[in-house]
Amino acid sequence: MSLDDVKTSDFKYVGTSPDRPDGLDKVTGRAKFGADAYAPGMLHGAIVRSPHAHAKIISIDTSKAEALDGVKAIVTRADFATGLTGSNWNVLENIMASGTALYDGHAIAAVAATSPLIARDAVKLVEVTYEILPHVTDVDKAMADDAPIIRAGAADKSVPEGLHPNVVRYHESGHGDVDAGFAEADLVIEDHFRTEATHQGYIEPHACLGTLGGDGKGEMWCCTQGHWNVQKLCSALLGLEASQLRVTASEIGGGFGGKTVVFIEPVALALSRKANRPVKIVMSRSEVLRASGPTSSTSMDVKIGMKKDGTITAAKGVFRLQGGAFPSAPMEFTAMCAFAPYNLKNVKQIGYDVMANRPKQAAYRAPGSPMGAFAVESVIDELCNKLGLDPIDVRLKNASHEGTKASYGPTFQRIGLVETLEAAKAHPHYTAPLKPGQGRGVSCGFWFNFGGETSVTLALSMDGSAQIVVGTPDIGGSRASMALMAAEELGIPYENIRCTVADTASLGYNEVSHGSRVTYASGLATIKAARAAVKILCARAAAKWKIDPEAVDWVDGCAVPSGPNAGDFEPMPIARICASMGRTGGPISGHYEASPEGAGVSFATHIVDAEVDPETGKTSIVRYTVVQDAGKAIHPAYVEGQYQGGAAQGIGWALNEEYVYGEDGRLQNDVFLDYRIPVASDLPMIDTVIVEVPNPGHPHGVRGVGETSICPPLAAIANAVSAAAGVRLHELPMNPPRILAALEKRG
Amino acid sequence: MQYHTPASFEDASKIAAKATGITRFLAGGTDVLVQLRADIVTPDTLIDIKHIDGVHDITRNSDGGWTIGVAVTGAEMTEHADLGGDWPGLVEAMDLVGSTQIQGRATLTGNLCNGSPAADSVPAMIAAGATVTVSGPNGTREVAAEDIATGPGRTSLAQGEIVTAVNIPPRAAGGGDAYLRFIPRTEMDIAVVGCGINLAVDGDTITAARVVLGAVAPTALLDQACADAIIGSTLDDAALEKLAAAASAACNPITDKRGTIEFRTKVAGVLARRVAKIAYERAQAGGAS
Repeated sequence: MSLDDVKTSDFKYVGTSPDRPDGLDKVTGRAKFGADAYAPGMLHGAIVRSPHAHAKIISIDTSKAEALDGVKAIVTRADFATGLTGSNWNVLENIMASGTALYDGHAIAAVAATSPLIARDAVKLVEVTYEILPHVTDVDKAMADDAPIIRAGAADKSVPEGLHPNVVRYHESGHGDVDAGFAEADLVIEDHFRTEATHQGYIEPHACLGTLGGDGKGEMWCCTQGHWNVQKLCSALLGLEASQLRVTASEIGGGFGGKTVVFIEPVALALSRKANRPVKIVMSRSEVLRASGPTSSTSMDVKIGMKKDGTITAAKGVFRLQGGAFPSAPMEFTAMCAFAPYNLKNVKQIGYDVMANRPKQAAYRAPGSPMGAFAVESVIDELCNKLGLDPIDVRLKNASHEGTKASYGPTFQRIGLVETLEAAKAHPHYTAPLKPGQGRGVSCGFWFNFGGETSVTLALSMDGSAQIVVGTPDIGGSRASMALMAAEELGIPYENIRCTVADTASLGYNEVSHGSRVTYASGLATIKAARAAVKILCARAAAKWKIDPEAVDWVDGCAVPSGPNAGDFEPMPIARICASMGRTGGPISGHYEASPEGAGVSFATHIVDAEVDPETGKTSIVRYTVVQDAGKAIHPAYVEGQYQGGAAQGIGWALNEEYVYGEDGRLQNDVFLDYRIPVASDLPMIDTVIVEVPNPGHPHGVRGVGETSICPPLAAIANAVSAAAGVRLHELPMNPPRILAALEKRG
Repeated sequence: MQYHTPASFEDASKIAAKATGITRFLAGGTDVLVQLRADIVTPDTLIDIKHIDGVHDITRNSDGGWTIGVAVTGAEMTEHADLGGDWPGLVEAMDLVGSTQIQGRATLTGNLCNGSPAADSVPAMIAAGATVTVSGPNGTREVAAEDIATGPGRTSLAQGEIVTAVNIPPRAAGGGDAYLRFIPRTEMDIAVVGCGINLAVDGDTITAARVVLGAVAPTALLDQACADAIIGSTLDDAALEKLAAAASAACNPITDKRGTIEFRTKVAGVLARRVAKIAYERAQAGGAS
């Protein structure tokens, strides 16, 4: 991107926080979410799920269910495409089992009936005969020699000889000589850490309405982070042509990565094809927890060497991630992010993707990164404690900066880690006195951010207002951000712009809303589309003025002569140019399609104060400050919301959220009563500091902000809790029984 | 499913006595309807008792005791002008159940008859010496609150029997009660451990006490050893330590998704100490309003 294209200061609209465009619809209940769609003749689908963690399916008898009045269709794996390979096969196997149930909650069959209650009753009438197989749900046990094999031959070529068949992928990266580095250190600490799987906890369960006719043409309405992906996967799983399936994304009640995949959508279409009626499926919360895509659980070993002055001499990490009964755990992200904040001469990271009898993990906000940060930043904290060093000073001393060779390979461009550390150190929170029983923790965190396939159209109306058509579902306020960036480029008020998330038939391909890519990539495309439209606007003015189009500038929503030599003309406003667009050359639009590759990486530093009740092990988070580099905050209130949301989810993950599996391999806590997400009164006010170190890869300097905010909390909270309790916690969640046990063990 | 709205307890009892399959009485529905919607229990007979005269009343009796109707909600108890003055521990325990919305529906009787060992109001009711009036085909009897639940989800009520009122004894001068529960969050949880204590003082000396532990055994535990640990004491540190040890010793918990045996055993002692201090302070402050 040439420097001329970049504007990082003197903004008029960018950097303000106007009302969100979807606000009124959402507070009045008018917004349509996944479950809010209805169609004439619609049936209700329900899914038969395995009660076993691992079992061979001997037979499925649907006769009694079919005989129930109101049941219109039943599907099993036989009703989906055959001959799939690779990730498509894995997705299909996950949404509808073939020969073996691989986890508690695995879909075995599905029913469509005229009411939800009839569908529920019909599910109970489907008789499945199982042969129960030995199961394993723990990551370390799944790697042990005696672990039951979940699927022989699932490993790829990366896995070294001699590992259990449940280890399906292997990653190794780094540079330098870690052994030599450890030898240079004054203190080396090596420790073992574990984290349990958690769920994104989006408030809206998966819901969809699908129609598929015998002609192979279909319609799908669903809550998703990416409807082109739904189109691609559903058409593959059902044997359709992608363009014959039109997918519309509903408003979305949270996704956090968990809605980047499909679960019920292909099932609704298969039922619809069989029943020749529209079919709606809405997951219960229990189904969401049992059979959507939680995070990986982990087992990690981290070793770091430090000199007395705080210089890190070497760092090594081994990260084992369990990602369910499919190859998918994001262990390479864990490995690559773990040491990324630090400028290290000697670093090595190893990752293992391990299968276990659990649901296929899905992305959860910076997938893999928070767990690695938990282990690494805990060890750094311990080194600082033992060497009597300030934790922010040590991080500043070792911080990655422009030109650092990253732990995962590339050389960093302009990045803002140092700026976040300096802002954290200067923040009043960092030096505020602590009360007895309280402890303070800090941590850094890193996420790559992403670009991806992006298409945007911007069309001007006759009155000079603008509509932006994007293909990235709005999961974090992106419609407001798009409108702000377009307002800045067009020089018209934010209120004169409407941004719509189009269906798959209305726009070119768009990658899923993930990787914190939307404000970056769709934003870049929006700016480019607006600039394309501005070019046409200038040309129309030039034609009217009979001067060279190059001699026209665009200023504050008006075409103006670029200088005295261009001629003496009054500024021509956008509304006047647009009013005559039909007779001056036709409608005026701008388009942009690309896969931009300049997503700037992002860093954050969090400060947390925790208070631990030494008699019960109960933790309260009493103060929390997020400092993060946003590149440029387009809509600062939304950016603050992302910062606070990441911290809030991190507090849940660190303290009380976990997947609890019984000896029988069944999920014990499949409702929000026992899957303990933080409630509002569990959280302090989360303070935010927006650091802005512009990303050279975006015309307004944007870096993605959605995911980095969940990278530091696990470690920052663990460091605070460990300081408050006076004993190091190595395992998440740090729930009261675990903290009390650690205190008792210390004596 | 048959849904009934009897106008009297007699009718309710008759319907229940004749019913086959699963019968549930419906007051606030905060357990029954949740179990129904979650497909855990689908009753064949649902008897809504909210249309019976007097079920919404909180009545102060001539002896100073209280009668609480079976459809009185937690919110009505909390908002009552005098009940909380006599029995702050009981009212606070009921107030801990669920959210504000749940408080608008949930009832003391429902919390008792649901049979959960973790029910918050039950240790407080037992500590208070509450009884319930039970009507059935064989007449009416008065049953101590501690004799209703017999195990998780089970009660001593026979078919056709129905609780018609909760009876709280008069609050004597020099008495006080309290209830605390342990949950990992601040709201919206089920007690991992609960403890209700009602005691009386003469000057600084405890003359009587009832100590009840919740969520540490198949039913709420009324434990005499805990009471004995503090009766006759001025709740000095030694008495508190004896109480904590007795409470931990009384526990017969399980390890489950909500907590471990070790944790529940330890925290039962911690809570007993904390609850005793509050009840003692209240007793010294006078007790009855």
